[in-house]
Amino acid sequence: MRTVLRIIGLTLMAGVVGLVGCGKSRENLTMAGSTAFQPFAEKLAEQYMPTHPAVSITVQGGGSSLGIQSALSGAAQIGMADLVKLPPDAAALNSIVAARDGIAVVLNPANTVGALTLDQVRDIFCGKIRNWKDVGGLDHPIAVISREAGSGTRSSFEQIVGNVKLSGDALIQDSNGTIRETVANDANAIGYLSHGLVNDKIKAATVDGLSCTEENIMAGTYKLVRPVFLLTKADASPACRAFLDYVLSPEGQELIHKKGLIRAK
Amino acid sequence: MKLTGEKIVKYALMATAFSALASLLLIAVFIFKEGLPFMFKVGLRDFLFASEWNPEVGKFGIYPMIVATLWVTFGAMLIGAPLGVAGAIFLNEFVPKSVMKIVKPTIELLAGIPSVVFGFIGVMVLAPWIRAALGGPGLSVLAASVILGIMVLPTVISISTDAIAAVPNSYREGALALGATRWQSVHMVTIKAARSGIIASIILAMGRALGETMAVIMVAGNTVKVPHAITDPVRTLTANIALEMANATGMAREALFATGIVLFIVIMILNGVAMSAIKGRTRKK
Amino acid sequence: MRIAPKYTQMLAVAVLGGATAFTVVVLLFIIVFVLSKGLPGVSSEFLFSAPKDSGLSGGIFPMLVATFVLPLMAIIIALPLGVGTAVYLTEYTRETRLTRVLRFGTDCLAGIPSIIFGLFGFIFFVVMLKMGWCLLSGCLTLAIMVLPTIIRTAEEAIRSVPNSYREVSYSLGATRWETVLKVVLPNALPGIVTGVMLGIGRSIGETAAVIFTAGSILPRSIPVSVFEPVRTLSVHFYILAREGISNEKAYAAAAVLIITVLLVNLAAYGMMHRFIARRSR
Repeated sequence: MRTVLRIIGLTLMAGVVGLVGCGKSRENLTMAGSTAFQPFAEKLAEQYMPTHPAVSITVQGGGSSLGIQSALSGAAQIGMADLVKLPPDAAALNSIVAARDGIAVVLNPANTVGALTLDQVRDIFCGKIRNWKDVGGLDHPIAVISREAGSGTRSSFEQIVGNVKLSGDALIQDSNGTIRETVANDANAIGYLSHGLVNDKIKAATVDGLSCTEENIMAGTYKLVRPVFLLTKADASPACRAFLDYVLSPEGQELIHKKGLIRAK
Repeated sequence: MKLTGEKIVKYALMATAFSALASLLLIAVFIFKEGLPFMFKVGLRDFLFASEWNPEVGKFGIYPMIVATLWVTFGAMLIGAPLGVAGAIFLNEFVPKSVMKIVKPTIELLAGIPSVVFGFIGVMVLAPWIRAALGGPGLSVLAASVILGIMVLPTVISISTDAIAAVPNSYREGALALGATRWQSVHMVTIKAARSGIIASIILAMGRALGETMAVIMVAGNTVKVPHAITDPVRTLTANIALEMANATGMAREALFATGIVLFIVIMILNGVAMSAIKGRTRKK
Repeated sequence: MRIAPKYTQMLAVAVLGGATAFTVVVLLFIIVFVLSKGLPGVSSEFLFSAPKDSGLSGGIFPMLVATFVLPLMAIIIALPLGVGTAVYLTEYTRETRLTRVLRFGTDCLAGIPSIIFGLFGFIFFVVMLKMGWCLLSGCLTLAIMVLPTIIRTAEEAIRSVPNSYREVSYSLGATRWETVLKVVLPNALPGIVTGVMLGIGRSIGETAAVIFTAGSILPRSIPVSVFEPVRTLSVHFYILAREGISNEKAYAAAAVLIITVLLVNLAAYGMMHRFIARRSR
């Protein structure tokens, strides 16, 4: 009993001391939004802060829609959204394109199919083509996997492919990582995710003969690309603008490129 | 002097109880406040009994998800409750106490594993097994039930174990003295005496199974369709809330809170059914 | 046809033993699975350094600290409230409709999805009370989340203390509170500790509620005030695995988590046994 009391006492004291000793005179920049861009934002912040000690940058996730809402409400100074087109309520915000992200259509390595046309992709996801043999593969039903309704990746995918009304039989997973795991473990699955996440457990299909590579995206031939927007209010602070300039600078873009995303230009 | 101290203690405890219950009430009020207006706007029939869920076009039918939740929870309890109670009985009555000392913390250990880990194990191990053995996409009612059943095992085993251990030895000895075998004394005397604790454990477990979100999202498939077989993919009410919440505004968001209310009611019904199973017993010994 | 009790016993033992063995095997499989995937990645550097590269390299020290502090504070809040409520409901009131309704209500709240607790915590603590995403919002929300479990298990534990114990205490002249403090609670301790263990387990493993209230930012150092956002190991696993950042690091974090929970459980049981042993001297 005494030991328990002692532990409780120490914790409370630590808490009180902690409460008292907490004064930050640095400017706090919060970024919130796209979970796909979050790791990159963190890396950029990590590189930026040592040379700019007056600024402290924290990065939250939450998804592209949350990013837009946080920027609008002021909960975050910078919103991150990876959508093909910004929704109308984002018109009040200033946006810059920080990077571009390719979307890869992914299959299980054991799948004999490796090439699809855009129309086939559309028909598969709409549920019109239901068996792999209809696209040159084995006689197995296709397991379509998509992201949830609020996902930036999904809305980008559906907008670019066009006219996609997701099949009612499609399975839904709620993150890039779980889509990757599901496709890696199911020979008949097809899904889509950020091209930077393709690893050796899954393979990316070619769409209309083109692979999802950086060259094809920069050249504009591979169509499944979406920009990553950084959104700020018109009255963003100088520190905020300085950070955005850093993101667009050659140094920032090189960092983005090294980490697997694609430069803005 | 002692008696005034007593009075202070009594009021202090009363205050504690009320503040605890007040905070719980706060949550209930919160959910109802956000969700009830929606239910009146859309009407119960289009909400509870419609099958199309498409917030963008104003369709808020959650019927398939209600069915899915009931199937998955029932399945989870079918797996978790018997295994858990059997385990608790066996560990308490037929196994030496020294073994219990290591086994119990190990089982409670499992209560601390994040649901996301269970989810991943489900996607990587369980779903492929189901797909190979029973067909279908693997992500299904069965997968969700199995994962949930395993997740609630620690709750059932721990609390049932405590209930059984608390039965005074005199009860067991009395039965044995009358010539009963160990098993007879267990199922005729001990379990009956521990019944309220065992049922409490099942109720808490059922609550946990109903409310689990993360693991279920990863293994259930999340398709909005009424299931016809346990290998069908489904979306439970909690999964729907989690999937749509980040993106929902306005009516869609209220719909999700209304879903929370439905869950609350489902829990109340299930708990009520379980409670009536022990109705009529005097609770205070 | 009546089977001799000897045979029903053998059958019962076989069935129960089989069920238990199956359970143990499944549970061990899960533990072994996580440890085998995760332990290779655990080193002292991993344990004590800060994460870099959003978790792709570096360690988990700030998350480790948060994983200890957050549930601990939640239990510190929930335990007295929960046990106090249970004591009041069982010892100080008669079994009336009100108590039945309250118990029913508590059970129902045990079933609310964690995501709703998270949303409640977000709207109430983070936004309305303007505390922002921080440790305090997180532990208050977690405390409310585990409260029903603690109340219920404490209640069952207190009920199971035989009335004869209480009667003996009263007959010796003790007041009700003295009886509760010195006779009932110590005997109910194992059951209460179970509730605490389950509550701690749930808090440590909780992700949705924590993300919405304590934040999901990548910390660079250990938290120094209760108003800082923190990330726990569960949230770290969640983010690493689901965003596909690094499965190895994710499992390593999970392995550390399991070992942490094991240590916390063993410590709590150790303390409890010592307490009981000291009392019976």
